[in-house]
Amino acid sequence: MKSKVHLFTQLNKHFALDVGSGAIHLVTPPAFRLLSLIIAAGETSLSQTIPPRILQEVITINGIHEAWNELYALYNEGMLFSPDNSENLELPTKTPLKALCVHIAHDCNLRCGYCFADTGSFSSERGCMDIHTAKKAVDFLIERSGNRRNLEIDFFGGEPLLAFDVIKQAVEYARKLEKIHNKQFRFTLTTNGLLLNDDVISHINSEMKNVVLSLDGRNEVNDTHRTTIGGKGSYDVIVPKFQKVASTRKGDYFIRGTFTSKNLDFTEDILHIADLGFNNISIEPVVLEKGHDLEIREEHLPEIFAEYDRLTEILAARDDINFFHFNIDLEGGPCVYKRLRGCGAGGEYAAVTPSGSLYPCHQFAGRAEYKMGSVLDGSFTPNTELTVNHIKIRKGCSDCWAKYFCGGGCAAANLNINEDINIPYHIGCEMQKMRIECAIALKASTI
Amino acid sequence: MTHIKTIAKPILKQTAHTGGCGECQTSCQSACKTSCTVGNQVCEK
Ligand code: SF4
Ligand code: SF4
Repeated sequence: MKSKVHLFTQLNKHFALDVGSGAIHLVTPPAFRLLSLIIAAGETSLSQTIPPRILQEVITINGIHEAWNELYALYNEGMLFSPDNSENLELPTKTPLKALCVHIAHDCNLRCGYCFADTGSFSSERGCMDIHTAKKAVDFLIERSGNRRNLEIDFFGGEPLLAFDVIKQAVEYARKLEKIHNKQFRFTLTTNGLLLNDDVISHINSEMKNVVLSLDGRNEVNDTHRTTIGGKGSYDVIVPKFQKVASTRKGDYFIRGTFTSKNLDFTEDILHIADLGFNNISIEPVVLEKGHDLEIREEHLPEIFAEYDRLTEILAARDDINFFHFNIDLEGGPCVYKRLRGCGAGGEYAAVTPSGSLYPCHQFAGRAEYKMGSVLDGSFTPNTELTVNHIKIRKGCSDCWAKYFCGGGCAAANLNINEDINIPYHIGCEMQKMRIECAIALKASTI
Repeated sequence: MTHIKTIAKPILKQTAHTGGCGECQTSCQSACKTSCTVGNQVCEK
């Protein structure tokens, strides 16, 4: 890779991220200047004293030798310009299944303008999963999970609450089996909220570890895209219901929204959601096929970056908003194996459609060439193209400073945009890298 | 040190020995479903 140290400035602070070791340093302007010059000169190591060519440029800066000595000490400790060989680690070849996205309904009671699932149908017949198939999905996950104890099921759609009864029965069935097989199920539900009522909320609160509630933000932003079949906005119906979920809930929840090219000022949506009383918020860039009216294009990036800067500043000053994409665990975080393999789609993670067919993940559902089997007959061939070391196989990832934070991006987005799972979606990468910088700076502001 | 404060330790090499148990949450199951990252995931250990 070009440079083994990535430099950036965020929240008026300077950072140096050592790619090979994973160490991140907050540095003073003199140390930052030295590192910038070293990198610009193409150096990949440090000498004991400042090289003469570089010294000429910094000689007047106070404390420059002291800064150099400290950088040199870190270099010797393997925390700057350290060898980057983690990506060559051998990954365990056996990857038992541990998570299923269960598409309870390939149908929806909304008709959102940007839906990746073709307004819930996944480009095929509309319909819901029956209880037989849902139980088979639970059995299948248990059978394929080897010695993994924690198993996840996300009830997804379309709109899963169109078949709430199936969800209830599937949960009950899985709970019975978890004791017998020494497993622990974690259920989540992703819903647009229209069908939430007291009964459903009480079930969610007692059984679901996490619930993802879809809302895009300001009334007019939400109602532009998230409309009912009859063309009416959904905001007024869902907001009070979501408030009820959040206020009665002990488990996790997220308000999850989408921003498109039409609301690049999405910080306003995040603040609006916070004003409604929600703390856990995720607002994400839309994923669409090329040429769509709402898609995020290259020319939008400067505005999006400025918006992420603004959001970072706002979040640094308040502690009541947990913004999903700015979460980062600097003390522990995932192990290097997870960082190399990323999302796990096609191996430890799969999606089941209402007819029982298995796909690498929810975004692949319905793409016949990616079908991996069926829960009904138990057939399953993990997708070996997807379960390999992402960083090594995806074009450009090995040279990217963000690789151990990103995990090689999203194969489905790559396929949508570039028609190749291994060619990263460039605009997604740029936003991803920006968010990682913001996340690090925010975390540093709390240390 | 007066010029440098290390805010994240060099964890990559260390977890090559300790990691790989696979008990952690699948990234796309959390809140996202579109643009996941592994950096914000937590380790179960
Ligand atoms: S940001 Fe893009 S290039 Fe970098 S690791 Fe992620 S997918 Fe690969
Ligand atoms: S391929 Fe993309 S959408 Fe599918 S699980 Fe991986 S990151 Fe998520």
